[in-house]
Amino acid sequence: MTPLAADIGQKLKRRGRWSALEIAFWIVAFASIWLLPQKHLILTETAILALFALSLDLILGYAGIISLGQAAFFGTAGYFAGLVAKHGIIDEPVLALICSGLVAAALGFITSFLVLRGSDLTRLMVTLGVSLMLGELANRYSDITGGADGLQGVTVAPVLGRFEFDMFGHTGYTYCLIVLFVCFLIARRLVYSPFGLSLRAIKGNALRSGAVGIPVNARLVAIYTVSAFFAGIAGALLTQTTAFCSLDVLSLERSADLLLVLIIGGTGYLYGGLIGAVIYKFMQDWIATLTPQYWQFWIGLLLVAIVLVGRDRMAAWHQAARAALGRLGARTIKWRPALGAAGAAPGGR
Amino acid sequence: MLTILFDGVAYGMLLFVLACGLSVTLGLMNFINLAHGAFAMAGGYCTVVLVNRIGVPFALGLPLAFLVTAVLGGLFERTLYVHVYARPHLDQVLFTIGLVFMAVAATDYVMGSSQQFVRIPEALSGQFNVFGIGMGKYRLLIIVVCGVLTVALQLMLAKTRFGSRLRAAVDDQRVARGLGINVGAVFGITFAFGSGLAGLGGALGAEILGLDPTFPLKYMIYFLIVVTVGGTSSITGPFLASILLGIGDVAGKYYVPKLGAFVIYAIMIVVLIVRPQGLFARGVAR
Repeated sequence: MTPLAADIGQKLKRRGRWSALEIAFWIVAFASIWLLPQKHLILTETAILALFALSLDLILGYAGIISLGQAAFFGTAGYFAGLVAKHGIIDEPVLALICSGLVAAALGFITSFLVLRGSDLTRLMVTLGVSLMLGELANRYSDITGGADGLQGVTVAPVLGRFEFDMFGHTGYTYCLIVLFVCFLIARRLVYSPFGLSLRAIKGNALRSGAVGIPVNARLVAIYTVSAFFAGIAGALLTQTTAFCSLDVLSLERSADLLLVLIIGGTGYLYGGLIGAVIYKFMQDWIATLTPQYWQFWIGLLLVAIVLVGRDRMAAWHQAARAALGRLGARTIKWRPALGAAGAAPGGR
Repeated sequence: MLTILFDGVAYGMLLFVLACGLSVTLGLMNFINLAHGAFAMAGGYCTVVLVNRIGVPFALGLPLAFLVTAVLGGLFERTLYVHVYARPHLDQVLFTIGLVFMAVAATDYVMGSSQQFVRIPEALSGQFNVFGIGMGKYRLLIIVVCGVLTVALQLMLAKTRFGSRLRAAVDDQRVARGLGINVGAVFGITFAFGSGLAGLGGALGAEILGLDPTFPLKYMIYFLIVVTVGGTSSITGPFLASILLGIGDVAGKYYVPKLGAFVIYAIMIVVLIVRPQGLFARGVAR
């Protein structure tokens, strides 16, 4: 290994180290299983949305592909998971989940070649077109998908044959959170690898990264497929936890909401989608109790406001908040060894 | 068969009037305006209120719809849109989708979620029968109005001073600025005019396309297809694209009704893959 490569490897390793804040985040997340049992239904939706947002962040935040069609993968896998459960083809939910993800990934791989070409607008139109086409297909073959009434009569078997889904969503939430965590670990490994670094280079300037020898198209195809896999897992989770799947999993609103989630949380770092999902879901819940019918208006207003305030300004706030939290975290960690050293010093004397 | 062609042409003409404003804004400012359909909806509802509730004659309702939406468009352009032109595409998409959501919910709140119909005069309902082809009178009116508008637009673009300024700005904004053309003003006027046309289209099309609060979402994709397939460098491109789309959609719904809009989306994707710049673009890489 050349010194430069070793140097970069060192840097990546250092950046990929788990910070105290991250560990705290996940401890809080898992603690909510026991601490907030009455909120589990909405938390389940949040975990699914977070995973979905994570999938979009991989292509939007890291590779710079604007997509309005992420719902295509979400919906396809959702229907797949529903159908295999309904007809008893794959009974075990975890296995069905992985298969659904793979189906979505296959779709992602095929459609990835469509987004390689053209400008932002073309990409937008193609991704949107794909998800609309799938929506039309699902509507057309209503004898399979249930059409506008949704896919009914789905019964999901117990997870791993032991943990049965209950109506309060306790099993569902634990299941979703574990899946989210596993997917997050995979995504984290990906973005802190040289592969992730090359994606950032492509986002920065595709032409130049091609010139320094990064296989731009192959990398984009790869990340698009991975992202489709995660989106598919999210869609399958939704079907499995609600035992229902309707046409709106493929709708444009779903993709648009997803963009909003990611924008709230911030693009280009993995926790953006997660934090965005939590904020979005609880805000939506809150607005919906105030004005059940017109919550869309406030969502729209929020989008407009965010853009007018400026995403870069928001990103700066994010950065500042993160830096402050990081300093806080560092201080608490430093403080303890300092205490230990102070305690050890007198004994040494 | 010919009736389908006729209906398709009428539909396509309508789409063109609805979408040509969008094509200019996209070509001129490279601005992705997903909220274009909201202006069309505004025009439609404006006509509904004027004609059905206040009792303004239909023939007067149409120009009024144009005026109201043009003013509305101009207002929005000056107050909100100007801040977003220089932003990346993602911001533009978010911003305009936000506007669409607001428009949908607000219309739902004010006008109710049910479908609205414009009361059209007796003289315009019914059919002509020419050489065995059934032609709806209303559709004929649409073809005539939209045809006249198209010719007028083309003349305006080709012959007037404003038209040449606009074309110069579309071709190369920076050079146009350098030559002393006030691109911002040209754009503002064009935006207002385009919104007005969308409003007029919405008013005319309320009968054919249906008018309810989800209109901007439902037809957004159609407008975008017209623009992306037609290219943004001229108005002939979008015009041909919308006629093709109109005929294709009507024929598709007639011959393979169950596949719905699937055919249209499939064609669009294929066209975009083969010619990302649009079917009728001059192939200038920018």
